[in-house]
Amino acid sequence: MIPRHQTILFVVLLVASITLGAVLWTTLDRAHKRLLASEESAPTQAPQVAPSEQATLMVANDADNSVAPRVFSLPLPQNPEARARAVLGKLLDLYCAPGSGHPVPDGASSVSQVFLLPVTAVSASSTAGAGRAATGSSRAAGGNSAGGDELAVVNLAGAFVSGHPSGLETETLTILSICATLHANFPNVTEVRFLVDGQQRATLAGHADLTRTYLTSETVPTEGAHS
Amino acid sequence: MRGRKRIPRLFFSALSLERMRRTGNLTSAIAALLALSAPIVFAQAPPAERFVVVLDAAHGGADSGASINGQSEKAYTLALGVRLRSLLMARGIDVVTTRESDTTVDPAQRAAIADHANAQACLTLHASESGSGAHVFVSSLAPAQQAAMLPWKTAQAAWTQRSVALAGVINSALTHAGMTVTLGRIALPAIDSMTCPAVAIEVAPGQSSDGAGTGSLDDPDYQARVADALAAALVEWRSEERGGRQP
Repeated sequence: MIPRHQTILFVVLLVASITLGAVLWTTLDRAHKRLLASEESAPTQAPQVAPSEQATLMVANDADNSVAPRVFSLPLPQNPEARARAVLGKLLDLYCAPGSGHPVPDGASSVSQVFLLPVTAVSASSTAGAGRAATGSSRAAGGNSAGGDELAVVNLAGAFVSGHPSGLETETLTILSICATLHANFPNVTEVRFLVDGQQRATLAGHADLTRTYLTSETVPTEGAHS
Repeated sequence: MRGRKRIPRLFFSALSLERMRRTGNLTSAIAALLALSAPIVFAQAPPAERFVVVLDAAHGGADSGASINGQSEKAYTLALGVRLRSLLMARGIDVVTTRESDTTVDPAQRAAIADHANAQACLTLHASESGSGAHVFVSSLAPAQQAAMLPWKTAQAAWTQRSVALAGVINSALTHAGMTVTLGRIALPAIDSMTCPAVAIEVAPGQSSDGAGTGSLDDPDYQARVADALAAALVEWRSEERGGRQP
């Protein structure tokens, strides 16, 4: 005769074994499916390593309110828009590095996309504000037939804008250095507009106007007046 | 002065009328009447020219601006504006402010207030923790000729050169007060629509030449130093304007 408590213990152990077996089976099944999914999303071709080229970055400095050129050797892709994004990414990497003269967080990931568009196509449908924006469009439209001027639309990440320091000087320097860097590496870029997460936004961090079209001719680096 | 000029002519006119009454000469009578009215026109001295300064404390209401040591920029600019207003009024300068409390004022309203004030100087006050000293900005609009009708969004273009001159005076005063000053150009909707010499001033923490901080934005002494320097600059600007040494 088997004692009653041994019977109960046997039943409990049996149920526990079956339960653990079921859990193990389910876990294995999930792991297998996850492995298959990752194999499907893996790149089929190895990424090409772009050759290093020289790029001129117009680096801002808060101390003297200046934008000065610095030349770097960077691996740059052939596609102009990807190239522009890489150049701006390097510029913003400098700003988030320790000891930066123009500290701005987030670095290269701050630039989501850069679009390069012929100026005439944009100015024809432009609804940009009056004033300088309209003046810039009309001026560029006139020059497009001769020089193939381009408009760069820089789509910034929302996190970058949220974390950008607020102030007249710091915001203006960020805008000017981006515009000047684009013009230095893409001479055909005569106008620059900004979007944030694909949408138009009033200001960068409360001060610098992001609704207008910036003319690169206005952003030629000048020595910051300093007393 | 006005009284002294008027008495002899009135006296002469009374004599003429009396002579006309005696001789019956109509021409003399008309001449006498003209002489009576003439002193009223020519004896009037030009009214004393008012010197008006517009103080535009940036942000306000829902727009807090930057965060400075836990304090909002809008509060700092309002405090600086109030302090500066007192200093200017004590020096006999008329002051018009764009806001007196924590209210929302959009850039177009700010410009409209400044334009209606017919001011000789407009200061837009900002504050920031970035950089050091004072950042003085003038509109980036290219200079243009004055005209009877100016485009709203680029009205400042006709005043850019005088704005640059005003920025120079402010730069001198702030430098004299021991502050580090940077000058720049900027596109600010409020300033771009102002029809007066207009400058945006961003006050940042003070810094000495060796990089050590010498003034926090919270420091009342530093705030007083900034306000004193700006008041001195505007007094100097008034003397330049009245002295006919306009740029």
